[in-house]
Amino acid sequence: MFDFLGNVLKNVLSKPSTRMYPYEKREAMDKARGALGEIEINKCIFCGICASKCPALCIKVDKTERSWEFNRLKCIVCNVCVETCPVKCLHMDKAHLGPLLASEKSKYFGPPKQAPAAKASEN
Amino acid sequence: MNTKTTIPFGPQHPVLPEPLNLKLVMEDEKIVEAIPAIGYVHRGLEKLAEVKDFHQNVFLVERICGICSVQHAMAYVQGIESLMNIEIPDRAKYLRVIWAELHRIHSHLLWLGLFADAFGFEALFMQCWRDREKVMDIMEATSGARVVVSVNAVGGVKRDISSEHLAEIVKVCDQVNEDMKKMENAFLNDYTVRHRTVGVGRLTKDQAYSLGAVGPMARACGVAQDLRTMGYAAYGKLGFQMVVEQDGDCWARTAVRVKEVYECVRLIKTAIADLPAGDIAIPVKGNPNGEVVSRVEQPRGEVLYYIKGNGTKNLDRLRVRTPTFANIPTLLVMLPGSQLADVPVLLLTIDPCISCTER
Repeated sequence: MFDFLGNVLKNVLSKPSTRMYPYEKREAMDKARGALGEIEINKCIFCGICASKCPALCIKVDKTERSWEFNRLKCIVCNVCVETCPVKCLHMDKAHLGPLLASEKSKYFGPPKQAPAAKASEN
Repeated sequence: MNTKTTIPFGPQHPVLPEPLNLKLVMEDEKIVEAIPAIGYVHRGLEKLAEVKDFHQNVFLVERICGICSVQHAMAYVQGIESLMNIEIPDRAKYLRVIWAELHRIHSHLLWLGLFADAFGFEALFMQCWRDREKVMDIMEATSGARVVVSVNAVGGVKRDISSEHLAEIVKVCDQVNEDMKKMENAFLNDYTVRHRTVGVGRLTKDQAYSLGAVGPMARACGVAQDLRTMGYAAYGKLGFQMVVEQDGDCWARTAVRVKEVYECVRLIKTAIADLPAGDIAIPVKGNPNGEVVSRVEQPRGEVLYYIKGNGTKNLDRLRVRTPTFANIPTLLVMLPGSQLADVPVLLLTIDPCISCTER
């Protein structure tokens, strides 16, 4: 009948199990999938694999315009884009997203393509 | 005077985390008829599965339910793997079992907490959820997310568990086991709690069988059915022992779930001890073609996936029958004749997961 009495005494003498959340945040775990980090746009080759694999259709890649567009609020943080990116220009941040006031799309433009002449001379 | 009144129970009710509506036809305080109504959280998920490709569907089915997402994904990927004749590496099978059983522990602890809350035992509710938090933390540490762990993929698992994390899982399991023993006494032997559970909502073995009850609902009535005995993933090699109770009342359903937590702990520890080395996934080529029915034991019972592939990356049909859907008919037998005050307790013992049921 008094199984929890020991527990009660322990609770009185120890720190609370809960955290004062908005003021005191727990450090995210090392492997945590928090939110998609910012793209390293200079590395991106605009192959569009991330956009075609994304189950939530939150990424748009335009090869001619050399742009990579991301709708953060549609993202389900599944990590597929990070896993499939052939040049590893995407990464996952471990801290999750805070509250946002408005939906915003972030669009990144890559540096202009190298001139074909310069490429030809390399070969 | 013998007048009947109809009282709506839900869709918004303090004991229900999800919207389920029960129209209770009452005679004084006694229920004479219960009419369930679902359809408040239908999301059209099965239709969406036809436009996504079969790899993307893993993420979709994981989101059918928050508290059994590993098992949903397992049922789906096992179905696709059998369609494509893929034999996944042994290590992947063991890792799937470890995550699935961690998920079962967290689901049962969640339910036990909610159940304690339903009969007004707030302190016990807090104890359950405090232990559950340890399991959630270890899931985040190993897989990257607390709830939708997203580790299953067609062809294996996506992440490996390091030896440090395995040791940590064992530690968490031992703690849960120890705390569960204290809580078991409160759930099963406490005088006040027994008054609310013993003899309430009794269902016979024949009734449970003919109504098609699954999972802890059926096992609490003496129907020995658990898909883990079929030995899918690595369950066949872990010496799984089914928990069966005979009483068929709310007490027996609680007892099944309490004892299953011990069994989960034992399964996880055996799986970690026997964990083979090797690859965790194999590459997948081609597309699924043909039909398959894939079944997996969820915390709530048996989930059934019907998958029809047509040789392209999209599926023709994905049909899901969840355990709560199979367990709702038992409510219609249990509720008539019981008191209005017992409805929250009775309703919770089927462990309703409405977003699962409606998809």
